[in-house]
Amino acid sequence: MDIQQTFEKYIKIFEAHSPQLKAAESELVFETRLKAFEKFKKYGIPDHKDENYKYAGISEICSQDYEFSLDSRNALVDLNAYFQCEVEDMDTHVVLLSNGEYYQNNKPIESLTPGVIVCGLKEAKLKHKDIFEKYYNQYASESDDGFVALNTMLADDGLFIYVPKNTKVNKTIQLVNLTHGFGNKNIFKRNLFIADKNSELSLVICDHTLNNSNNFVIDVTESYAGENANLQYHALQNEPNKSGVINSHFIKLDRYSRVNSHVLSLHGGIIRNNLFTKLAGEFAEANLYGLNLTDREQRIDNFTFIDHLVPNCTSNELYKGILDEQAKGAFAGRIIVRKDAQKTLAYQTNRNLCLTPEAKMRTKPQLEIYADDVKCSHGATVGQLDESAMFYLRQRGINSKEARLMLMFAFANDILLKINIDPLRERVAGLINARLRGEFSDCSHCLMNCHTKN
Amino acid sequence: MLVIKNLHAEINGKKILKGINLEVKPGEIHAIMGPNGSGKSTLSAVLAGKEDFQVTEGEIYYQGKDLSELSVEERAKEGIFLSFQYPVEIPGVSMINFMKTAVNEQRKYKKLPAMSSGEFLKYMREMKDLVELKSDLANRSVNEGFSGGEKKRNEIFQMAMLKPKLAILDETDSGLDIDALRIVANGVNKLKTPENAVIVITHYQRLLDFIVPDVVHVLYEGRIVKTAGKELAYELEEKGYNWIKEELGE
Repeated sequence: MDIQQTFEKYIKIFEAHSPQLKAAESELVFETRLKAFEKFKKYGIPDHKDENYKYAGISEICSQDYEFSLDSRNALVDLNAYFQCEVEDMDTHVVLLSNGEYYQNNKPIESLTPGVIVCGLKEAKLKHKDIFEKYYNQYASESDDGFVALNTMLADDGLFIYVPKNTKVNKTIQLVNLTHGFGNKNIFKRNLFIADKNSELSLVICDHTLNNSNNFVIDVTESYAGENANLQYHALQNEPNKSGVINSHFIKLDRYSRVNSHVLSLHGGIIRNNLFTKLAGEFAEANLYGLNLTDREQRIDNFTFIDHLVPNCTSNELYKGILDEQAKGAFAGRIIVRKDAQKTLAYQTNRNLCLTPEAKMRTKPQLEIYADDVKCSHGATVGQLDESAMFYLRQRGINSKEARLMLMFAFANDILLKINIDPLRERVAGLINARLRGEFSDCSHCLMNCHTKN
Repeated sequence: MLVIKNLHAEINGKKILKGINLEVKPGEIHAIMGPNGSGKSTLSAVLAGKEDFQVTEGEIYYQGKDLSELSVEERAKEGIFLSFQYPVEIPGVSMINFMKTAVNEQRKYKKLPAMSSGEFLKYMREMKDLVELKSDLANRSVNEGFSGGEKKRNEIFQMAMLKPKLAILDETDSGLDIDALRIVANGVNKLKTPENAVIVITHYQRLLDFIVPDVVHVLYEGRIVKTAGKELAYELEEKGYNWIKEELGE
């Protein structure tokens, strides 16, 4: 397979499945698919010739064929039994997605705050039509990204969360993406998270792959933070070595809202994260944090786009990466401060450690500022471990391996400190520590990764 | 304890030490003085095992062991401690974690069980008091944002924690005011026993008022050109280093 063949494959898939899709949803939603289909035909699959996808390794992902299916690929066994959250003291509402579908045997969420809706996206299309149609694809439709169009035309399910006005969800909602079964799977997930006016929502999203296949995951998530809403988003990416993940997150912030996004890429084959953030109401604040730990032949590519549309908004962006062995990484951080967005504060930092001469990191800050009364800064570094610090630690009797680990952990630590949920932060600290030690981050039942480790 | 024979060392092909001979016995305090660029800091780095420097000739024996066979961390665990002229700031590594790791690595080396957190914290408190270290420094990242004086005091605190057999104080007096100097020197003196030894590297005699040496050496152009008792330090203070140069016929 190559990119062109993959492109043609998806065209055929859509044509073959569109009657089935059409029959199961409203005209409006299906029209959204048709528009996305046109867009996909126009823009295609972005490859290395596309400046934004230059280093993402898409042709490598597309060299394989993946099985697509609209039919339920839900497990025959009880997935609830496979997954028990091992985050100690972490009291969450757990929701499982099974190969991208809302798991039909999800345990009912006990004592969920009244008014809050947590269900499958497919279900929301019909059951919560008004809310769904008000938000679905509103921000994502602005994108010209071929993968976003592809997801919009083919994705059928995912997670839907709605938090009504003046409501605080009593616990963090934890979404677990379980991948299982035989064969290389093509998984399309579509999540829609809405935190209405004055509401609060905290989310943790993690991946658990139970099979030993190469999967290609194409996800789109849209998050809408209403006026004065508070949204905390934590994604723990943990995919097998041979997987390909294209993940696009669209966050729209209304006035006085605050969104913290933490994207922690702990393990993966080829990961591409797109993060689109639109500050659409005054005094909104977006804090975007990223940490990636890569080694072997892994690739990580973070593309972030922050759009300051209106005055008095703040964005803080801090992304850090540690690349070992032959890992390759890229960061592109685009910030646009529109003409009207006076008094904008926009700060961007990207720091990277390359531990071997073979590890490669490319970083590209891009600031476009059209307003004249703003404070913006950006900084990007790619470096090695501080030799003088290494000597200092070793002189106190700490062996090189341990000293390296201490410095790497310290490097990752300031991203860790941004996590506000204490048990989660401790758990992630443990995962990072294990990961840096080369022990697999044995995040509960991720059997797959334990095998590939050897 | 330490025997240095005809030590030659260079960095990037530049010869810095050109035949050093030195013997330090347990219980002794040696001062090494000398003008800028004479090789004082190179000597301390070479003793600590810093890989940037190549030993091209000569030998260093420490407690009967050939030091060239030991890595930086092994030398440290054998009891060689270097108080840095410029202590390194390490953001994100807490003093507690740093010292706990260092103390337990040393204990492991000596086949002693690791200290529990409780024991460790108690020990740390005692050592902090011993060297008069302000308590909040221990709760911060290693040297991060410390003033010059705090950094030097932190070096002596680490020395107290690790109880070295041979401590090398590389210009520990630089950047210290008289009060800080006194505190640092008090710490060193309190840690002094008949079994351990100290090498004090300094420009000035000032520190030697507080840490009184048994022997004073003058290092000049990579060699020790003069060795005498503590009175030599006063003579240098009074006459400067030109007097040595004249004596050497330069």
